[in-house]
Amino acid sequence: EKLAAKKKRRKEREALGDKAPPKAIPKTIENQRVYDETTVDPNDEEVAFDEATDEFAPYFNRQTVPKILITTSDRPRGRTVRFCEQLSTVIPNSHVYYRRGLALKRIIPQCIARDFTDLIVINEDRNVPNGLVLSHLPDGPTAHFRMSSVRLRKEIKRKGKEPTEHAPEVILNNFTTRLGHSVGRMFASLFPHDPQFIGRQVATFHNQRDYIFFRFHRYIFKSEKKVGIQELGPRFTLKLRSLQKGTFDSKFGEYEWIHKRREMDTSRRKFHL
Amino acid sequence: RTKTQNFCRNEYNLTGLCNRSSCPLANSQYATIREEKGRCYLYMKTIERAPFPRRLWERVLLSKNYEKALEEIDENLIYWPRFIRHKCKQRFTKITQYLIRIRKLTLKRQRKLVPLRRKIERREKRREEKALIAAQLDNAIEKELLERLKQDTYGDIYNFPIHAFDKALQQQEAESESESDAEKEEEDDEDMDKREFVEADDSDLSDFEDMDKLETSSEEEEEEEEVEVEKKASHSKSKGKTPLKGPARRKRPYIEIEYEEETEPSTKTKAA
Repeated sequence: EKLAAKKKRRKEREALGDKAPPKAIPKTIENQRVYDETTVDPNDEEVAFDEATDEFAPYFNRQTVPKILITTSDRPRGRTVRFCEQLSTVIPNSHVYYRRGLALKRIIPQCIARDFTDLIVINEDRNVPNGLVLSHLPDGPTAHFRMSSVRLRKEIKRKGKEPTEHAPEVILNNFTTRLGHSVGRMFASLFPHDPQFIGRQVATFHNQRDYIFFRFHRYIFKSEKKVGIQELGPRFTLKLRSLQKGTFDSKFGEYEWIHKRREMDTSRRKFHL
Repeated sequence: RTKTQNFCRNEYNLTGLCNRSSCPLANSQYATIREEKGRCYLYMKTIERAPFPRRLWERVLLSKNYEKALEEIDENLIYWPRFIRHKCKQRFTKITQYLIRIRKLTLKRQRKLVPLRRKIERREKRREEKALIAAQLDNAIEKELLERLKQDTYGDIYNFPIHAFDKALQQQEAESESESDAEKEEEDDEDMDKREFVEADDSDLSDFEDMDKLETSSEEEEEEEEVEVEKKASHSKSKGKTPLKGPARRKRPYIEIEYEEETEPSTKTKAA
């Protein structure tokens, strides 16, 4: 039936020729998205003020240089170890430290003492990394993600070399709501604020339907209107599980946002990031 | 079930195995140690209380002190068969040991196992795939990069002003010396800023498709003139600048070939 209707419509359009009405826009989930009241307006003053005074302000004012500590849960397996190494090459000024049974609560004061700005913990399960905890150190928000679809560098089909030490550019796509905004700023604060364009590398965090896709590319401008990108570096997808106000604390922390499955997963067109 | 013995399911059993001697149902005089909420109790059953099932098991709280508790067991089970006394003490020892272990473990970090739900997992996976397809990441990234190029965030490194090239083209076609000199000066100035890009541009423009276009051929002409002058510089730069794409690297040897073909574009423009 639908096919018949479609054919009829096409015939009508051809018959009308130039005077045909414009094509109907297909409905996508993005189009039908339930309007989220916390969507950020580009000119919103309150948001701008908030952002100037929140924990990332020193970073965006270029007062602090990001220094990142990457670690895993206990007993990391080979895949996770390799993934950590690759992550550390992607993010400049990052160090990987192994954790043999050290409690996170005790690591955190040590990190602050050694001047780290961010802490990344990669949780793994059954030889595969599946969780990411990102916390901004001097008392910053902590975000807990579920990580899926991790591809190491050798599994990506490309012919490029490894990322160099240049600071990459950062692209943050589609972070519309307030929550998305803060998460986006968290990601941005991992990278040095001044990208080195000589390196021609770009790290992309693309948010689509609450899934954040991370990609790392090298770009080259072939002409004014054409750019070529080549994927190098690992790729993974994140889904935000919770956002805590202070540093990592599972029992006493103040949660700014938790993903409540029962409430939030009911509608197919409602997204939070 | 071990090879030779069954386990007894009775909760008042002393050893845990099903034997005639360690069954609370079979013996009318029996004692066990059980613990509740971290405290240990000695339970005793005697013949006199057999007809009163409610009062059958008598309970005695044991002290927290290990040695004192052992003495208490002894004094309560005085005149009882050796087997029961011994087994009671053994059981008590084991219970206290595992209680200690529990307390130690709770102080350390516990690993909380959260069960995954299969349906939800599948749902999430499917949604992720669909989101990935909807995202069209490569296009989005390319668009964003071009936007940034337009908004001049890259400053002056990339040299794409079409207007300048058109002008240069017109000047080339006119072929007046003064104009070409001025051109060269301009280009030299530009190149001082944009050295790295010139190098990269070379490799791109060596695409054979592009060679047919007049614009690019004029560019090649210009750049080849400069490349001759800055040959050594560009070579050193090419070595230093390894992170070029694979195809770009392959075409570097071709650059040398272009020197020979240099006269062709000039003949083309002359013909035109």
